[in-house]
Amino acid sequence: MDGFFARYRNALVLIAVLVVFTIGLAVQVRRPDYGSREDGKHVRVFRYWAVALVSPFERVFRATGQGIRGIWHNYIDLRDVRRQNEQLKNDLNRMRLYQAAMAEDARQGQRLQALLEFKQQYIAKTVAAQVIGTSGSEQSRVLYIDKGIADGLKPDMAVITPDGIVGKLRDVFQHSAQVLLISDTTSGAGVVLETTRIRGVLRGTTDGRLRILDVLPDSRIKPGEPVLTSGGDQVFPRGLKAGVVESIGQDRNYALVTVKPTANLARLEEVLVVMEKGAVAPEQVAATENEPETGARGEHLPQLKPETPEEAAKNAKEAPLPRPTPAVRQDTYSPGATPSAATLTPGARHDNAAAAPSTEAGGDQH
Amino acid sequence: MTALGRMYSSRREMDEHVFHPAISLLVPLVAVFAGAYLPKLAPWLMILDLPLVVVIFFSVARRSPISGVMTGALVGVLQDLLLNQPIGINGMVKAVVGYVAASISLRVDVDALATRVVMNFSFCLLQSLMLLGIYQWLLRDANVQTRWLHELLRAGVNTVVAIPLFFLLDYAKQRA
Repeated sequence: MDGFFARYRNALVLIAVLVVFTIGLAVQVRRPDYGSREDGKHVRVFRYWAVALVSPFERVFRATGQGIRGIWHNYIDLRDVRRQNEQLKNDLNRMRLYQAAMAEDARQGQRLQALLEFKQQYIAKTVAAQVIGTSGSEQSRVLYIDKGIADGLKPDMAVITPDGIVGKLRDVFQHSAQVLLISDTTSGAGVVLETTRIRGVLRGTTDGRLRILDVLPDSRIKPGEPVLTSGGDQVFPRGLKAGVVESIGQDRNYALVTVKPTANLARLEEVLVVMEKGAVAPEQVAATENEPETGARGEHLPQLKPETPEEAAKNAKEAPLPRPTPAVRQDTYSPGATPSAATLTPGARHDNAAAAPSTEAGGDQH
Repeated sequence: MTALGRMYSSRREMDEHVFHPAISLLVPLVAVFAGAYLPKLAPWLMILDLPLVVVIFFSVARRSPISGVMTGALVGVLQDLLLNQPIGINGMVKAVVGYVAASISLRVDVDALATRVVMNFSFCLLQSLMLLGIYQWLLRDANVQTRWLHELLRAGVNTVVAIPLFFLLDYAKQRA
C-alpha cells in the first residue's frame, strides 16, 4: 500500500486538489446568477483579502504614474527651456509651472463641471470614484474603484459616466469595490430603444460586446438608434444612455441586436456611483419597477436580493400613500377642489361652488 | 560549475532549482497585480496571462509535480479572487498545467529556447481548452463561446512575452 502511494504520489496530489476544487465549485454555483450577485459572506472574506493585497499597489502605481507624468511635463520641459535661454529661465519656469497647473485645473474643472451638470440632470446623489484596476482576465469584465463601504457604497448600486451606463457594484469592501461591467456575460440591464420603444434585456457577450436579447424581428430597428435604460431592472435609473444600435442580425426567430456602449468601457478613469435615484417621477418609477423585465422568451434579468419579511414591512411603512388618479371631469368631490383647512375662517360662509365654478357650470349644462 | 562540487544521483537532481522565498512569493504576486493593472493602461493587454507564464516557469524550474500543482493552485486561486466567478476555476486549470509542465520537465530539456516556445504556446492552448471544458460541462454555462482564432492569438502573444520573462527569471534560479 505504501508502495502504491509512493509511486503515484504526484498524481494523487493532483487528483486531491482537483476534487477539492470541484467540491468548492459545486458549493458555490448553487447560488443562481452567481456572477452578477454579491458574494456570500465566506467567499467575500477571501475576495476582500485578495483585493486588500492588490489594491494598495494599484493605488501607488496610479499615483506614481500621475507623478511621473507631472515630472515629465514640468521638469523635463523646463530643463530644455533653461538650455535655450539662461536669462529667462526663472520667468519661464514660473510661467510653465503656472501654465501646467492651470491647464490641469482647467481640465479637472471641465471634467467636474460635466459630471456636476450630469448629476443635476438625472441623479439625486452620486459619489465620484477613480478606477484603480481590472480583473486582469477576459473571463470576467470587472473593474475596481477606490471607494467602498466607508463612502456609503452598497452592492447593486448603478455605476455610470456622463457618456452612459458602466455597470453595477458587485462586491463592496471597506475602501474599494468591484464593478461588474455591462459587457460581462453575467451582467444585465433593462433597456428600451428610444424611437421604437421596444424593450429588452441588454447583456454582455463572451467577446465583450453588448447584445439585446430575445427581441422579435422588427424592420423599424435601425443602426444608430439610441438605447436607453428602462429602469425596470431596479438598478439603473430610467432614461440613461446605454448605447446605440450597431447592427441587426437574425438568430432563429429572434433579432440579434448588437449595441455599442456610449461609455468607453475600456478606458474608464472616473465613474459616478448612483447613491440615490431622484430625478424620475415617482409614478413612473412605480409603474416600471412593478413590471418584471422579460424578453420574448420570458428570461428574467438578474434581480436584486429578494426582500425579507422585515424589509418588506419596513418598505411598506416608508412607501408614500397612493395618490388618486386625476379626475376626468372636476366636481366638488374631486381631489384638490376643496380649499385647505388653513385658509378657512371659523364661522365664515364658504361657497364650494365658488371654489370650482367651472365644474359646477359644466355640470349644470349637462 | 558549482553543481559539480556535489554528488547528484540523476540529471533531474542536477537540474532541480530552488528560489529564494521572497522570489517565490513576490513574482506570482507581481504577475497577478500586473495582470490586473496593465489592462487599465492599455486594454488590449487583457490578452496577457502573466500568472500562467509564472506557473509554467516555476513548475519546470523546480521539476517537482507536487510543487507544480501547488504553485498552479495557489496562483490560480489568487487570480480567481479578483474575478466575479466561482473561486477555483483557474485554480484547477493552473494546477493541471503546473503538474503537466513539471512532469514534462523531468523528461525534456526545458531550458532550450525552442522547447520553451512550444511549451508556452501549448500550455496556453491547453488552458483555454480546459477552461472551455469547465464552463461547458462542469458549470453548464450556456454563454460561453470559444473563439479559437483569438485563443491562438492569445497563445502567441503570451509565448512572445514568456520567452524574455523566462530569461529574466533564470537569474533568480539557485541550484537545489
